[in-house]
Amino acid sequence: MASEAVCSHRDPMLKKRDDFEDILEERRNSSDLRYALKCYTPVLYKQLTPCTASDLKNMVLCSTQVHFVIAQVSKETGAAPEEVQAEASSILEEMAHRLQLGPIRFFAFVLCKVFKTLFRSVCVNEEGIQRLQQSIHEHPVVLLPSHRSYMDFLLMSYILYTYDLALPVIAAGMDFMGMKILGEMLRMSGAFFIRRSFGGDKLYWAVFSEYVRTMLKTGFAPVEFFLEGTRSRTSKSLTPKLGLLNIVMEPFLKGEVFDVALVPVSISYERILEESLYARELLGVPKPKESTSGLFKARKVLSENYGSIHVYFGQPVSVRSLAEGRVQRGQFNLIPRHIPRRPSEDVQGFVNDSAYQLLRAQEENMVLKPWVLLSSLLLRGGGMMMEELSEGAVWLRELCRQYGAFLHWPDHVPPAEVVSSSLDLHRGLVTISDGRGAGLTAEEELLSQAVIILSCASYRNQALHVFVRPALLATALQAAGSAHKQDVFNTFNFLRNMFANEFILCPGAAVQDFEEACFLLMKTGVVLMEQEEVLVTENGHRTITFLTSILDPFLQGYQVVCRFLCEASTESLTEAQFVPAVRTFIVRLLLSGRLRYSEVLSSDLQKNALAALQRLGAVHKLKRCVCVPTLKVNTVMVNSLEDTLGKNRPEDEPLTNANTCLFLCVQVENFPL
Amino acid sequence: CVICGNAWRHEVMKWNGWGYSDSRFLFNKKGQAEFTGKRYKLSGMILPALKDWFEGTFGASLQHKSPATPLLNTSAVQAPTLNQDFVEELKSIGVPFSHEAEDRAFRGHGHCLHEIFALREGKIGRVPDMVVWPNCHNDVEKIVALACKHNVCLIPYGGGTSVSSALECPPEETRSIVSLDTSQMNRILWIDEKNLTAHVEAGIIGQDLERLLNESGYCTGHEPDSMEFSSLGGWVSTRASGMKKNIYGNIEDLVVHIKMVTPQGVIEKSCQGPRMSTGPDIHHFILGSEGTLGVVTEVTMKIRPVPEYQKYGSVVFPNFEQGVACLREVAKQRCAPASIRLMDNEQFMFGHALKPQVSSIFTSFLDGLKKFYITKFKGFDPSRLCVATLLFEGNREKVLQHEKQVYDIAAKFGGLAAGEDNGQRGYMLTFVIAYLRDLGMDYYVIAESFETSVPWDRVLDVCRNVKARVVRECKDKGVQFSPLSSCRVTQTYDAGACVYFYFAFNYRGLSDPVHVYEQVEHAAREEILANGGSLSHHHGVGKLRKEWMRETVSEVGVGMLQSVKDYVDPKNIFGNRNLL
Repeated sequence: MASEAVCSHRDPMLKKRDDFEDILEERRNSSDLRYALKCYTPVLYKQLTPCTASDLKNMVLCSTQVHFVIAQVSKETGAAPEEVQAEASSILEEMAHRLQLGPIRFFAFVLCKVFKTLFRSVCVNEEGIQRLQQSIHEHPVVLLPSHRSYMDFLLMSYILYTYDLALPVIAAGMDFMGMKILGEMLRMSGAFFIRRSFGGDKLYWAVFSEYVRTMLKTGFAPVEFFLEGTRSRTSKSLTPKLGLLNIVMEPFLKGEVFDVALVPVSISYERILEESLYARELLGVPKPKESTSGLFKARKVLSENYGSIHVYFGQPVSVRSLAEGRVQRGQFNLIPRHIPRRPSEDVQGFVNDSAYQLLRAQEENMVLKPWVLLSSLLLRGGGMMMEELSEGAVWLRELCRQYGAFLHWPDHVPPAEVVSSSLDLHRGLVTISDGRGAGLTAEEELLSQAVIILSCASYRNQALHVFVRPALLATALQAAGSAHKQDVFNTFNFLRNMFANEFILCPGAAVQDFEEACFLLMKTGVVLMEQEEVLVTENGHRTITFLTSILDPFLQGYQVVCRFLCEASTESLTEAQFVPAVRTFIVRLLLSGRLRYSEVLSSDLQKNALAALQRLGAVHKLKRCVCVPTLKVNTVMVNSLEDTLGKNRPEDEPLTNANTCLFLCVQVENFPL
Repeated sequence: CVICGNAWRHEVMKWNGWGYSDSRFLFNKKGQAEFTGKRYKLSGMILPALKDWFEGTFGASLQHKSPATPLLNTSAVQAPTLNQDFVEELKSIGVPFSHEAEDRAFRGHGHCLHEIFALREGKIGRVPDMVVWPNCHNDVEKIVALACKHNVCLIPYGGGTSVSSALECPPEETRSIVSLDTSQMNRILWIDEKNLTAHVEAGIIGQDLERLLNESGYCTGHEPDSMEFSSLGGWVSTRASGMKKNIYGNIEDLVVHIKMVTPQGVIEKSCQGPRMSTGPDIHHFILGSEGTLGVVTEVTMKIRPVPEYQKYGSVVFPNFEQGVACLREVAKQRCAPASIRLMDNEQFMFGHALKPQVSSIFTSFLDGLKKFYITKFKGFDPSRLCVATLLFEGNREKVLQHEKQVYDIAAKFGGLAAGEDNGQRGYMLTFVIAYLRDLGMDYYVIAESFETSVPWDRVLDVCRNVKARVVRECKDKGVQFSPLSSCRVTQTYDAGACVYFYFAFNYRGLSDPVHVYEQVEHAAREEILANGGSLSHHHGVGKLRKEWMRETVSEVGVGMLQSVKDYVDPKNIFGNRNLL
């Protein structure tokens, strides 16, 4: 295990990645039942203390940590210790998994059938599996998959079962428990349920964290959770949630285990099952409550083709090497380790940085399908000729490769064929130019087309991690108003700071990011460094235009949010009202043709913009009454931020009519689809 | 002008290894290990299992030898830098001294691995320029006064068993370095039976002290593992700890009065009251001062009647965790026997490899039966079980009662009594382990031990993490063979325990094995400190561990110690540069 694995490489072209193996292939040729009943003997942690799921519960309830908090709570609330103990016990009952092999076999059987229907292939890097197996034997392991679909954790367990690896226990949100039978089934296949928020509930936190730590320390099973905390509706990595990462790192920092291995896992879907569901949700159609019957209704998805899935098990990252020279482990020497304490500042910083590094490791191993490139091109607006699209795709493919993207492009097939088969898979999103709904109001039409735009955007977003740094630089180059390196850097830094909630940009790494971006642009001949100047070359304009176009929707989106806040600042706006209000505002702009990108309708973007403004101190949450905090806008500051963002857009670019850019048109002429 | 009284050291002790010249391990022509000489219980015995264990554990082979330079090449020893005025005046007061190469080289080192390794290769670094042998407290006073007068560096030398680089001469020292060998100050001056104290000269060697006191029916009960060779003065100046401290206490509990000669004069208390409230205890400036403040010349120590009855014992535990839990319970109930030690599985195996050839079929049959009972009947995993060794002392009845109490506790933690033999062999291992290191070094295996003290709740964590760290570091540093990384809990206290680590590896294929070993040891110490262990329980700091002093005792703490040094020894006469 090495920590270098998560550091960015100097030349991304040199990144070495493992080959994939399709695990469905064998399933198509042999009995699923036999597979589900196969002999399962995983390699276990070498220092495993064998115990059952119920032993675990006992260990947690008897732990000094939980006892300490029980005593504390009982003292504070005046409740009898027995009562608090009983509460702890019921919390644990609600939370705990009941991992058993039977349900796993059942799932294995069902999932075989489902996967074979839905997907062309499920590809896994077997070298990663071998590394994982080694890690499981040597250290407690934490699996950190990306989260794009409900499918993710079933898929993970399925793969681990297939490869005879120890099945993980999975931190799942409480909402799953609502699904009666399924919830219990998931519990028996290793899911444990955590409440979405438990603010100041000490007892809950103590039981929960001790439960996770106990599983980790005993080596009971790999612990799996999602760093992003929830499914990303936009296919962009979400900024990490640190709670669980803190918990799993603690046993190492406190010396209770020699090391912990963190394994980032990148799951890439060629076509996401929840594609339009997400888009609707982002547009404000509330998501259906998870229910078993809802799942059955969703079975029509079974009749569609969702292409392939690529699962890449990344290089295990040793917490020990991450912490080397970063954290003084001696800081835990003077207070008994079972007394809960807020992590010190250096630990917090360390966990935060590690989380970003891990997310980047996850991003780097995300497999990009041709469609990701196509949607990036198509989203730039207007219709496109097939030849133009093909040509653009080939150009973009080379750019991607040079930037180190993990691109899965079948090189032996002519590009036109790749493009058309890709379009075919996503035919729900690409239409012939006359596809205009009849009898809808302008707003309804706008929203139904936005669904398509947002779905497309989610594919383009898959490539954002590849382009975000160069794109920030490209935008900064246009906006800085000077080619002086320091000016460019300042603008770059401003943008980077502005978008810190939007993209995965490691905190405090502005200089590295800038250098990385410069390196990539220089390498591809887009810019020249002359003394203290950064100059765009003659050939570089195409790349610069493409890169700025990637960032443009975000730039405009943030601007619009700023404008909205300035205009709405007189009224008392609550946080809950913000999204609907800003949406109405944006719809108005779009309909009047004053805004170009309907992508801005995404509530994700709106919320990120608000979070960024709060982080920058331009908006404050005011707690007048207990339950509804209102937003206090610093109009001057927001105005100036909007102006600065506005500077980044070239003045001469005319705003295209909103309606024309809502269509993704592929002119079908000589190409049969 | 070597005098007869000290000549014995050269004759009976190795110049480049541990202990007596006549006692050593070797592989005989048949490839069987044997221990030569007549001094130890193991002497003259064949150890049939050792070869397989040795080859199996280290990947070593009897074909690959790395023999030591047999004789000291005196020309390799630098010519002495003498301070003529000092030498002249020394002659006039009649204190014996020498500047022979052998005498100087012998006193220029302790027993750290790097020191012995260099000697075996015939490399001699900076050594003292001369050796003086004071005969009594007054001689020391005169020598120290002369050293101050002529600005000569003094390094006190007791038994020479240091494992902290404390005896190494600082290479940057330009003054003449004089080794002050206390070996001639080896008398018991008086025994006070009313107060049960003995007043002893500080140069006395541990085994002599016990033997002489035994003749009068007493003992001190202070038995550090090095007691065959280490001196009373050395114990005081390093804060030594003895195996039987549970009954007799550590050195700081045993001393009643200390006399030390410093450049500022003699420091001592005016009475022998058992406890005083007179500001910070001045003894604690002396205890652990590691020869940086002066020479301890005389010590009044507590003595006890020789115990009527002694009994060894041992307990087998299914795993190390259970063993530690048992020791913790014993400490909690404050019923620890004179000694209780818990070896981990690796050390248990090691101990087994040292079983002498059994003479009768009956014993081997019995051994087989025991093994069968423990592993098959009781279901202990041979690769996880570990053993605690016990030593009880006192009157017979009480010992038996005590024994039962301890075995009852052990039973609660799955422990099975495993007989006296195993216990006794465990303690024997302590005395021969250093000889075994020399054997290893004959075959490309280098080894070292280090220790720490740690609160109870961290004992397991320290053991696990440090052992794993050693393995990891060896691998990272390019060691070709998997190392031996083992530990034992050797002392129990109310609030924690002392843990002792051994590590050893086959260095074939490494260009600079000592450097690798030093890096590994350094990393292991970092790991100990990160896991809440102390810098040292009883070996001391010396020069080997002084980089961590600041972190260990805080900035102010170091300042306090420094200001004492500045007052007591402003010219740095006691210039061994230990500790600070």
